[in-house]
Amino acid sequence: MIEFTINGNTRQLDIEPEMPLLWALRNELGLTGTKFGCGIAACGACTVHVDGQPVRSCVTPVSAVRNSQVTTIEGLTVNAAGNPALTAVQQAWIDHQVPQCGYCQSGMIMAVSALLADNPNPDEAAIERSVSNVCRCGTYPRVSKAIRAIIADNAGSAASAQGDTV
Amino acid sequence: MKMNRRLFLLGTTVIGGGLLLGYAVTRPDRQSLANRDHTSAGQSFLTTWLRIDPDNQVTVVVPHSEMGQGVLTSLPMMAADEMDADWNQVRVEQAPATDLFANGVLIKGFAMSMGLTVPAFLDRTVNFATLKAAEIMNMQITGGSSSVRFTGEMGMRAAGAAAREMLINAAAAQWDVAASECDARNSYIYHDASGRSASFGELASAAALFEPPRNPTLKTPDRFTLMGTAVPRVDIPAKVDGSAMYGIDARPDGMLYAAVTTAPVFGGKLTRVDNVDAVMQRRGVERVIELEDAVAVVADNYWRASEALKQLQPVFTGAEFDDVNSSDIFTQFDTALDSAERNEDVHAGDAAEAFAGAAEIIDARYRVPYLAHAAMEPMNCTVHFHDGRCDVWTGTQDNLGIRGRVATVAELNENDVTVHPFYLGGGFGRRLPQSTNTIDQATRIASHFDVPVQTLWSREEDTRQDYYRPAVSSRFRAGLDSNGQLVAWENVYIGKNEPVEAAHIAYQVANQQIDYVESPTHVPFGAWRSVAHSQHSFFLESFTDELAWHAKQDPLQYRLAMLSDKPRHRRVLQEAATRAGWTTPAPEGRARGIALQESFGSIVAEVAEVSLTEDGAVRVNKVVCAIDCGRVVNPDTAASQVESGIIYGLTAAMYGQISIESGRVKESNFHDYEMLRLADSPEIEVILLESDDAAIGGLGEPATPPISAAVTNALYALTGQRVRELPLKHYRFTPTPIEAAGNA
Ligand code: FES
Ligand code: FES
Repeated sequence: MIEFTINGNTRQLDIEPEMPLLWALRNELGLTGTKFGCGIAACGACTVHVDGQPVRSCVTPVSAVRNSQVTTIEGLTVNAAGNPALTAVQQAWIDHQVPQCGYCQSGMIMAVSALLADNPNPDEAAIERSVSNVCRCGTYPRVSKAIRAIIADNAGSAASAQGDTV
Repeated sequence: MKMNRRLFLLGTTVIGGGLLLGYAVTRPDRQSLANRDHTSAGQSFLTTWLRIDPDNQVTVVVPHSEMGQGVLTSLPMMAADEMDADWNQVRVEQAPATDLFANGVLIKGFAMSMGLTVPAFLDRTVNFATLKAAEIMNMQITGGSSSVRFTGEMGMRAAGAAAREMLINAAAAQWDVAASECDARNSYIYHDASGRSASFGELASAAALFEPPRNPTLKTPDRFTLMGTAVPRVDIPAKVDGSAMYGIDARPDGMLYAAVTTAPVFGGKLTRVDNVDAVMQRRGVERVIELEDAVAVVADNYWRASEALKQLQPVFTGAEFDDVNSSDIFTQFDTALDSAERNEDVHAGDAAEAFAGAAEIIDARYRVPYLAHAAMEPMNCTVHFHDGRCDVWTGTQDNLGIRGRVATVAELNENDVTVHPFYLGGGFGRRLPQSTNTIDQATRIASHFDVPVQTLWSREEDTRQDYYRPAVSSRFRAGLDSNGQLVAWENVYIGKNEPVEAAHIAYQVANQQIDYVESPTHVPFGAWRSVAHSQHSFFLESFTDELAWHAKQDPLQYRLAMLSDKPRHRRVLQEAATRAGWTTPAPEGRARGIALQESFGSIVAEVAEVSLTEDGAVRVNKVVCAIDCGRVVNPDTAASQVESGIIYGLTAAMYGQISIESGRVKESNFHDYEMLRLADSPEIEVILLESDDAAIGGLGEPATPPISAAVTNALYALTGQRVRELPLKHYRFTPTPIEAAGNA
C-alpha cells in the first residue's frame, strides 16, 4: 500500500511501488491534468510538485513520494480555503494568452510556479535553467513575457510592502 | 493513370473537386434537418452554424478542430460580428462529427486553390450546393491554414449576416414596420423610430420561419466591431487549470489501455510473438493482441501494459528494406536528379537557349532530411465496440474523416460510428485521417473487447511510426548575363507534393525550367506544417541569396529588383527589413539574413539575426517577421500563430532530422530528436500587414517556411559558409564576415 497526500487529500493506493507517479495520477486517480509527453524526463509535460519541489512524474516511482505532499495542476487551482482560485501564474498565462494547443501548459505552469515560489526574482539564466519544458507550439516568447510580468509585479508589491513599513 | 500518392494528403477532396459544379443546384433543406436532429425544444437553428436560444444566447458551431490556432475564437468572432451579436452572450461549440456539418466551404477553397473554376468566389452568396459535395467527400478537415480563410470568410460571415437579416425580417413583421428601419446591435433588434426592441432570443423562432437569404449583405470592414480586435481566446481558461480534455484524457467507464509495438522497418509484418505466457501472468494484463504489423498488450493501466510489452518478444519481417540507410536514399535522389526522366513543373521562355548564351552559370545542390511531427500529445485513440456500433474518442484534424476511417476498418456503417471531439495536443498535419496507422490499430485492438480501449503510443512509437515530412534533394542552375543579371533559372527536385506551387519562384526571371522527378522510398510521408513549402522555401531562398552575394548586391535590394510587379511582396520585405534595422550594422558578433515566401495566401518576409556560441554553434538571437495575410481577424491569435510557425520551422532548421538506419528510424525521443526550448528561443517581432481587396490568407503555416533560409542566409553573412543541408546542429562555424558589397 502506498500512501501520499494528493492535492490536500490523503490517498492509499494498492499499486506497484515502482509505478511512475504519472500513471498513478492519470490511470489510478483520474487526474488527467498532468500530461504524458516523453516518459524519460525530457519534456516536462508531467511536472508536478512533491513537497513544493518540481518533479517529473514520469520517472518518479510512487515509492519515492510515500508520505509526501503531491500537488498537480488541479490542486494548484484550489486556494487554502479549498475554493477554486487562479494563481498569479495562471492569471498571467491568461493575460498574455500563452497556451496554444495547451498540452504542455500544465507542466509549464507547474515548473514556473515552483521556480517563482522558490525565487520571486529569478534572472534569465535561472529561468532558462528551470523552465526547460518542451512546447511544440512554440509559446516560449509568451512564456517569457508572462514570467517577466509576474516578476515585475512581485517587485512592485515588494516595493510597496517596504514602503508600508517605512 | 499516374497518380502521385502525395496528392492525396490534402487533395482527396480536390480530386473530387470537379464534382462540385455537378451539384450546382441549390437545395438548402439541411435547415430542417438541423432543426430536427440538433435542437431541443425551444432552440432554432438559423443556419448550419448558428443557434440562438430563447434566453438570447447565440451558439456558434465550429466545424474545425482546435489545435491551438484559436479557431474556436476567430470563427465565432466572424459570425458574431456579422450578426451584431453581443460577444458576452456567444457560446462556442465544436461541431459533432455528422454529415450535417460537413465543411462545404472548405472544399470550395481547396478547389479554388487547385485552379478549378468555382463560380462566384466570395460573391457574398451562401452556396449551400457545395455542402452536398462535402458530405460525399467526408470533409471536416483542419489543415492547409484554411479555417478562417474558407469557413470563416465564406461560411461564418455569410451565416452571421443571413441570421441578422432573418432576425430583422422577423422583427419588422412583428412590428409591422419596414425592415430597412430596423437595426441590430448587441444581440437586440431595434426600431429606433418607435423605440421598440426585441432580443435575438425573443425573435429566434419567428426568424427561423424565414428562408435564409441567398445573398446576405456582408459588412464592409469599417463596420466591423469584433473582427480586427484582440478578443481573448475562449479555450485558454481551461488550458491553465488542467481541465482541458485531450484525446489522451478520455476516460469512458471500464476503459482498458493498450501499448503497442509496430514493425520497426516500414512495411514489415509480424511473424511471431514469444514470451506471451509470461506476459499474461503480469499484474493487470488482459490480453496480448497480434495485428498484421504490430503487437499490443492490453492492461488495466497504461504503465502495466507498456512494461509488459517490453517483456514480449515479437519477431517482424522486414528483409526487403532492412539494409536501407539515409545515405542510400540521398544517393538514390542524386541519381534521380541527374536522370533525363524529368516531369515538367514550370517552363517559361527558353531556358536551354538562355543557358547556352549565359556568361556565367552557377549551380548548387540542397537537401533536407525526413522530419517527424512530434506533436506534444503522443498519438492515441480510444474505441468502444458495443451493440453493433462503436464510439471513438480522439483529437483529430478531421472528425468526419476519422469516423469514415473507423467505419471502414470496423466494417460498420458510418452512421453507427460516433466520434467524440477533443482538443488536440498539437496537429501540424499528423492528426489528419490520411495518416491512419494509430486509428487503424486502435480500432482493431478494441474490436476484441466489449469495453473501451485506449491505444496510446509511447513517444518512441510516435517518433518511429510517423508519416514524415519527406527527405528531399533539389538541384539548381542559374544563368547570368555579362552584367551579372539572372536570365535563366533551372531547378530539378525530388517529389511533387502539395501545394503544387511550392517550387515556383516569385521573382521575375524570363527563362525558367522547373522540373521534378519521382524517387519513391519505403518511408511513409504525410503533411507536415506548411507541407512542401517547408523544404522548397529553404532551397529557393538560399539559392537566391547565393546569387545576390555572387552579384555583390545587397540580398534585400537584389530581391526587390526582381519583384517590381509584386507590391505586396516588396512591402513585406521592406517592412521586415526596416524593423530589423537592415541598413544599420548588426550588433557586434551578429549578422542578419532575409528570406521571403508566399504560401497559403499569405506573404511573409523574415529577417533573422544570428550569432555564434563559444563553441561555434549557431544562436538565433532575433527574428522579425512581416506577414501580409490580406486581413487580420484576431491580431493576437494571428501573432501567436506566427510566433509558433517560426519556432516550429526553427526547431527543424536547428535540430530536425529523422535518419533511416537499417530500414528503420534511428531517433526515438526528445533526447535524440531535439526540440527548441525557452533557452534557445529567439526574440520574435511580428508585423501584421493588411491588403485591401486581397483574399484573406492563412496564418497557421506561412511563417514556418522562410525561417530556415533567413537563418542560414544570416550565417553566410556572418561566416561566409553556405549551409546547403539541414539541420544546423551538425555544424560548427567560425566568424569570417564577408563584405556586403551592396551595403558598401
Ligand atoms: S513526460 Fe515526463 S518529462 Fe516528458
Ligand atoms: S501549447 Fe502546444 S505544446 Fe505547448
